[in-house]
Amino acid sequence: MANTALQADPSHDDAGHHDDHEHHENLAHHFDTYEQQFDAGKLGIWVFLVTEVLFFGGLFCAYALYRNLRPDVFAGSSEFLNTKLGAINTGVLLFSSLTMAWGVRCAQLRQHKMLAGMLAATLSCAAIFLGVKAIEYSHKWSMGLLPAGLYTYDPANPHPAGGPNYLLWICAPFAIGLLFVVGWLIIAKIKKDEFKVRVLMPLTVVFACFFVGVQLGTILESGGEGEHAAGDDHHVVAGADGHAEHGDDHAEGRADEHLEDLDQPNNLAIEKADLAGLEVLAQDQSNPGARDTLEALKRQEAVASGSVLQGDQRPVESPTEKRVTATPKQAGVFFSIYYCMTGVHAIHILAGMGVMIWLLVRATRAEFNENYFGPIDYVGLYWHLVDLIWIYLFPLLYLIGK
Amino acid sequence: MTTGAATAPGGVRDAGFVSDNENYLKNSSGVLSWMFTLDHKRIGIMYLVGILTSFLGGGLLAMVIRYHLMAPGGATTISNDAYNQLFTLHGAIMVFLFIIPSIPAALGNFLVPVMLGAKDVAFPRLNLSSFYLWVGGAIFFVGALLMNGLDTGWTFYTPYSTSTDTSVVMATFGAFILGFSSIFTGLNFIVTINTMRPPGMTWFRMPLFLWATYATSIIQVLATPVLGITLLLLIAENVMHIGIFDPEFNGDPVTYQHFFWFYSHPAVYIMILPAFGIISELISVHSHKGIFGYRFIAYSSIALALLSFLVWGHHMFTSGMSSVTVVIFSALTFTVSVPSAIKVFNWVATMYKGAISLTTPMCYALAFLFLFTIGGLTGLFLGTISTDLHLHDTYFVVAHFHYVMMGGTVVSFVGGLFHWWPKMTGKMFNEAGGRISALIVFVGFNLTFLPQFLLGNQGMPRRYATYDPEFQWLHQLSSIGAFTLGIGLLVAGLVLLHSLYAGRQAPANPWGGATLEWHCTSPPPFYNFKHAPVVGDPYEFANVHYDEATDNYVFTELPRTLVPEEPVKTPTPAGGQS
Ligand SMILES: [Cu+2]
Repeated sequence: MANTALQADPSHDDAGHHDDHEHHENLAHHFDTYEQQFDAGKLGIWVFLVTEVLFFGGLFCAYALYRNLRPDVFAGSSEFLNTKLGAINTGVLLFSSLTMAWGVRCAQLRQHKMLAGMLAATLSCAAIFLGVKAIEYSHKWSMGLLPAGLYTYDPANPHPAGGPNYLLWICAPFAIGLLFVVGWLIIAKIKKDEFKVRVLMPLTVVFACFFVGVQLGTILESGGEGEHAAGDDHHVVAGADGHAEHGDDHAEGRADEHLEDLDQPNNLAIEKADLAGLEVLAQDQSNPGARDTLEALKRQEAVASGSVLQGDQRPVESPTEKRVTATPKQAGVFFSIYYCMTGVHAIHILAGMGVMIWLLVRATRAEFNENYFGPIDYVGLYWHLVDLIWIYLFPLLYLIGK
Repeated sequence: MTTGAATAPGGVRDAGFVSDNENYLKNSSGVLSWMFTLDHKRIGIMYLVGILTSFLGGGLLAMVIRYHLMAPGGATTISNDAYNQLFTLHGAIMVFLFIIPSIPAALGNFLVPVMLGAKDVAFPRLNLSSFYLWVGGAIFFVGALLMNGLDTGWTFYTPYSTSTDTSVVMATFGAFILGFSSIFTGLNFIVTINTMRPPGMTWFRMPLFLWATYATSIIQVLATPVLGITLLLLIAENVMHIGIFDPEFNGDPVTYQHFFWFYSHPAVYIMILPAFGIISELISVHSHKGIFGYRFIAYSSIALALLSFLVWGHHMFTSGMSSVTVVIFSALTFTVSVPSAIKVFNWVATMYKGAISLTTPMCYALAFLFLFTIGGLTGLFLGTISTDLHLHDTYFVVAHFHYVMMGGTVVSFVGGLFHWWPKMTGKMFNEAGGRISALIVFVGFNLTFLPQFLLGNQGMPRRYATYDPEFQWLHQLSSIGAFTLGIGLLVAGLVLLHSLYAGRQAPANPWGGATLEWHCTSPPPFYNFKHAPVVGDPYEFANVHYDEATDNYVFTELPRTLVPEEPVKTPTPAGGQS
């Protein structure tokens, strides 16, 4: 978005207002100097990043609220996430930030081929990230580890048979993309269109890297067999489903345990003494405020301990009430927040990839130089932010239960 | 500037008239030349058409609502459910499609670069895309209306918005898109004002409209993303029940209110701050007197922008927050009144001993002063906890925010539209007609909303389709006022439309303004200024003189000096101290 202004405005090119300064390539008509143009773009992207931070800020806020309200749910549910995959993705993104920053340097030094290479490397890392994420998502979906309303995970049968093959659906668009790019590449080769070949070659690698990520994810997700074989006394689900290829069963076992603890009334941070004091105050007819506060506190405690969810205080009447009682665990809220945060983050990765493909085309055209490297710089800043957000997401989601 | 510039003897300078092939309205023609234009002025005009259409739509809905309320049981056959949809659509259209983009996106787009002496905003394509985002958001809104309607109120409170079967998802997605339109406009203005000021225009030589726009942009950029994520979570809540806002899944509806008002209180300042900017210009220019307390007005805009982020809880005094929170939010709310009062004081002081011309824009500015003051003062009753408990969700609230939003923002928007109309279109409107419209609007407005203060205080709740017979006479008074108000705005619209066909050619500076937009022709050429113009004090009227022959104001001598002269350093003799 920051690049919108950076090309000369075609609709005004016929105008006579260029005669007071000679025409500069890539200097928009309403800027006087390259420096002014660069400063405007730079400020623009920084302001945009501020909006991004606030956008994610809402999600982090929701995370803080609900983790504070139900710490055990979060710690327990976090066990379901595969730390290895998260760590791999963190490393991949960090490396992509390096190649991106290197790309900015290349643009300034007019190393056009190197720049294209760096952009391709960054794009490939992004694709690997998404490939690994596809494995994580599809595995969790098939287990029913879904947002609160759709949550169907059953500790007795964590890997229900049947259900759609989610991985196939996620991979389909990338497979189509890969076929499309390869086909186009072959046509370009035949037609000897040198420019298209130079753009499409790295793109083929990028799309292929998605499947590298998928493969990597599959290997790591089914790794750790030995640990599993070493015996896990508390394994609730062992043998029940025959899903031995999933090494994270170990973690699942622990997660189940955690969640079962939740049936115990959860001691909120309400001081018992305060409660007693309030109860005395609430006896007084003229003190409805104290009564309300007391009721609210009790209600909060009930919500936190999960007894509201079990729905045992109210008769089951409406269909929605039934839905509530059918919701087995509170873990849903963790996965709600998990999917919202990582989903919005993944959308940002996709958007970044889109912009970088556009930069790759321009880099292949050798458009950037020491005067004009703004777009690379701006997209780089955006990419670092996306990276940075993941660096917060990883510990907050994956590591809290350990 | 170049074409047809009238250079009268004696150093008098006048921009003259623009030639057809330089006129931004005529230099290219055809629908596509407008649809794909990157010219900020044309984008501003397209916005203007869009938001005025929304205003018409929202206004007609208001008329239907007021007509329905003529009788206690409803004067029309509209069902109570349909009534819920009516006021929801009225509110949502007015807030999201009209008021928020009204001044910044329509007038701001046109004026910001011209006032800066720049050729365009920093990111023209982003500017165009923000317009199309607005169009996209509007389509979703209208789509929601055509599908299942919407009956949540414009605030989309949970849990109702997660259980109703009206088109909440579609409407909130529309609002989400509109949010991006707003963010992009704000971002563009921040960058434009920061990096594209001409030589000599320091921060404190900027017209106050730019200060107000800048403060508005800060809020747009900081608050709107939070609305974006809130609406996204609300959509997710509706689609897959994420259990964050929906109590059925252990979510917390009050969290939704916090999220929502964290944006929507600052959004009130997105609506009113640019209006303050317009009033600062109008009062100074039409009193032909420099603005009083320039720095106070400038700083108070920024102060309002920052304070607006600290007071959102005053919408939730009855939502069950802890009493400590309530007290803190109430106290912080009162701090907002300080910068607002500073502004009103400075405007009044500006008029004192000024040579006031009661032109149409000035009439609207005076109406604004009166209405906004009432709106602001009644806000104090709602910020006070004890009175708010009585007045919460009554017509008192309705009257209060209409005094601020409609009496404040809309009246100043119409005033600003009259003020810059000659600059935007190159046509003068009928003065008498304009003044009459201002009078009808003023009378109609007060007749509509003063009774509502009484209604609210007597306990009439807002958003009800029916009411007790004892409220009838006040409701009828209010409805008659609303129709009067509608007629007043209709007259204003007709006066402006009439000018397009029959108005005389506008001179460069019909009001005697000193800011840069009055230095280029009316309408401006598509490049605004051939060279960066020379900048001086935007409120120095000593060299602006009325020229009777052309009914125009001209700048005598060389009107502006460059940067305040730095003390000339006398070369020190060799061997002197270095
Ligand atoms: Cu507020």
